[in-house]
Amino acid sequence: MEAAIQIEKLTKTFGSTRALDELDLEVRVGEVHGLLGPNGAGKSTTLRVLLGLLRADSGVARLLGGDPWRDVERLHRRLAYVPGDVTLWPSLTGGEVIDLLGRLRGGLDEKRRAELLERFDLDPTKKTRAYSKGNRQKVALVAALSSDVELLLLDEPTAGLDPLMDAVFRECIYELREQGRTALLASHILSEVEALADRVSIIRDGRTVDVGSLADMRHLARVSISADLAGPPDGLTTLPGVHNLKVDGTHVDLIADPDSLDKVLIALTSVGVSSLKSQPPTLEELFMRHYGDKKGALKGEGPVTP
Amino acid sequence: MSSLVGTAALVRLALRRDRIILPVFIIILAVMVAASAYATAELYPTVASRVEATAVINTATSTLAMFGPIHDETSVGALSTFKMGIMGAIAVAVLALIIVVRHTRAEEETGRLEMLGATVVGRRAPLTAALLVAGGASLLTGIVTALTMIAVGMPIRGSVVMGFGFAGLGIAFAAVAAFTAQLTKSARAASGMAGGALGFFYLLRAIGDASAGNGLSWVSWLSPVGWWQQTRPFAGDRWWVLGLLLGLAVVLSALAYVLAARRDFAAGLLPDRPGPAAASPSLRSPLALAWRLQRGGFLAWAVTFVAAGFVVGGLTSSVDDFLTSPQALDFIAKLGGVQSISDAFLAVELGFMGVFLSVFGMQAAMRLRSEETAMRAEPLLATAVGRVTWALSHVTIAVLGTTALAVFMGLSAGLTSAAQVGDIGQLGRILLGALVQLPAVWVVVGITVAAFGMAPRQIVIGWVALVGFVLLGEFGALFDLNQAVMDISPFAHVPRIPGGEFVAAPMLWLTAVAAALIVAGLSGFRRRDLGGS
Repeated sequence: MEAAIQIEKLTKTFGSTRALDELDLEVRVGEVHGLLGPNGAGKSTTLRVLLGLLRADSGVARLLGGDPWRDVERLHRRLAYVPGDVTLWPSLTGGEVIDLLGRLRGGLDEKRRAELLERFDLDPTKKTRAYSKGNRQKVALVAALSSDVELLLLDEPTAGLDPLMDAVFRECIYELREQGRTALLASHILSEVEALADRVSIIRDGRTVDVGSLADMRHLARVSISADLAGPPDGLTTLPGVHNLKVDGTHVDLIADPDSLDKVLIALTSVGVSSLKSQPPTLEELFMRHYGDKKGALKGEGPVTP
Repeated sequence: MSSLVGTAALVRLALRRDRIILPVFIIILAVMVAASAYATAELYPTVASRVEATAVINTATSTLAMFGPIHDETSVGALSTFKMGIMGAIAVAVLALIIVVRHTRAEEETGRLEMLGATVVGRRAPLTAALLVAGGASLLTGIVTALTMIAVGMPIRGSVVMGFGFAGLGIAFAAVAAFTAQLTKSARAASGMAGGALGFFYLLRAIGDASAGNGLSWVSWLSPVGWWQQTRPFAGDRWWVLGLLLGLAVVLSALAYVLAARRDFAAGLLPDRPGPAAASPSLRSPLALAWRLQRGGFLAWAVTFVAAGFVVGGLTSSVDDFLTSPQALDFIAKLGGVQSISDAFLAVELGFMGVFLSVFGMQAAMRLRSEETAMRAEPLLATAVGRVTWALSHVTIAVLGTTALAVFMGLSAGLTSAAQVGDIGQLGRILLGALVQLPAVWVVVGITVAAFGMAPRQIVIGWVALVGFVLLGEFGALFDLNQAVMDISPFAHVPRIPGGEFVAAPMLWLTAVAAALIVAGLSGFRRRDLGGS
């Protein structure tokens, strides 16, 4: 089956700024795909190219089997979009905006609309100028989720939502995944992507630096180990693949590359282990791997494996 | 006073944001006023020639209604500034009201002022800063204008009175805008109300000035724009009338401060009422949305146009009152006919209506750009709405809206005038005179749409073009420009009806030019990126 979204070597420049730099992205049908990156990485630009709002300079972008620039009307009937920065017409009520956007998309499910208003606890009779940021976000979410579309493009959709509403949003995404629908979720909130996404693309400076399921990424990422030993540790400092080693008497904290894990454990048990705690990498750590200590060093490289 | 803390910083911020528009406006206005005064003075070198010209101006209802009377028939300054004086004063008032709304209600509506308000900024600082910037800009415009007037040889006293008159009207309307900015939540409505007040007061003095023969000249005294005229620069130099303008400014700003202190941040005086929970069945297309967004503005314009039509139509009989004066008879002879004096008046007024129609049409089309930069186009274009369909929605409002407004004014002026002269045929003539303006108006709309599609950051081209066309029409003959240059303005090709002969050809090709510009704009828009700024 053809991918819902297929992007190859997509490049987009604004003046001298290279917003997208040969970006690759594949979103399979039926998956929730996380597009992770910090501010300015190119997430919104990617979504705008997919919506036909921006025209790419080079590269290929395919959306639901069509050309996002040319087949606008046909494709947009099959997708819904939640912008990152929701601005609405101040003189219209939230309910009017939801109906308008739904109708322009080709219809919305009245029952689902009512149910979502209930779940998101949104008053549709208020003029949108009176809404808080979170409430404006809810308007966009209800408008997008109450339509029966195949694909959702979500640009930091939970910005401004409180934790309760965040939970409602997550439920909605679980439901649509069960219905076999596809979503591209652009976010910098790692816990959200961790909870929702089947696969993740990490982008930086307009370029994809890592793709895969979280399990794959974790497998490739470092493990943090904390241990109490029978005596002072021996040989750890010279062992390749050991990072951030901290020794406090007989207590050791370290981070190990996955392929040196075996040797680290041997070195530890040779001294004698009284307690051991090991933690798989969190998404934060995956993220930091690409953005934190190596800031700047990754430029021009492909996906990095340790 | 601690409630003013931060005013200086806000003034600097405002000056930073307006650093281009303010100097450009001030220099262009001062040069325009002085250049037109200089050129007019050249035309009437002798006292006798000035007396003659003044007599015609003071008896022609059209000029009285538009610019007011000249109070000293021998004064070179009074004759040289009778047009650009009042036009300049109104331009300063518009500038002042835009500045005030832009730095108060508009900042509040977008939420930017909230961010600033959280810093060490006193409660009264934003309004004070806006008033200082608007008042300062008005004063500077007045001073620069006075200096350029003196530089081209106008009498010093009169130049200074006129300059301070500009400043006074600017300051008064800065206060009007400070007041209206407290009333509503929407910046658009706030500047609309202040601009509406300016238009109303202009019309009020037009009635007073044009009906002076019927003993109605006191009506002009009800209007701040009339007060400006009563400073009588170069024709008596009445300084004390400036006090009325400043008094109005003090009262209205005090009122604005009181209202501002009583209301919540970002709130208006009227609380928001809940609206419908669901959209009406008709709200299902970009055009329906465009109408919904623009209908308020359109209705305000419609009321204004119908009212202006009644005034213009009603003045036809006072035009005929002047038929007996010898100067008027001379004027008629020059124009070539007895019927033609009221016809000429109507044709000139309808021509003015064409310019104002263009302002409406251009603003309606510019809505495309403001919707785009406010990121409100994005959610619409993310639905199954194509770009051309969306863009055409506001273009349709511009084209049909101008048509409807022309019909409204044509009908109200035509019916009133027909009743006055007792000839129903007058209705048809005036309605036609209104409708022939439309192709030229659509060209201005077309220029705006073309700019939107091809050079969206330079959307201001629409205004530049309209101002250029008006200047060509008003001053082209004065500066003895080549006809080919004057023909650049689409309004130069509009037949003067009633009075003149209807010719179809320019109507057709102006419409074709407008259509071509719109098509060019739409195809440019189809090809470009959607942008935030």
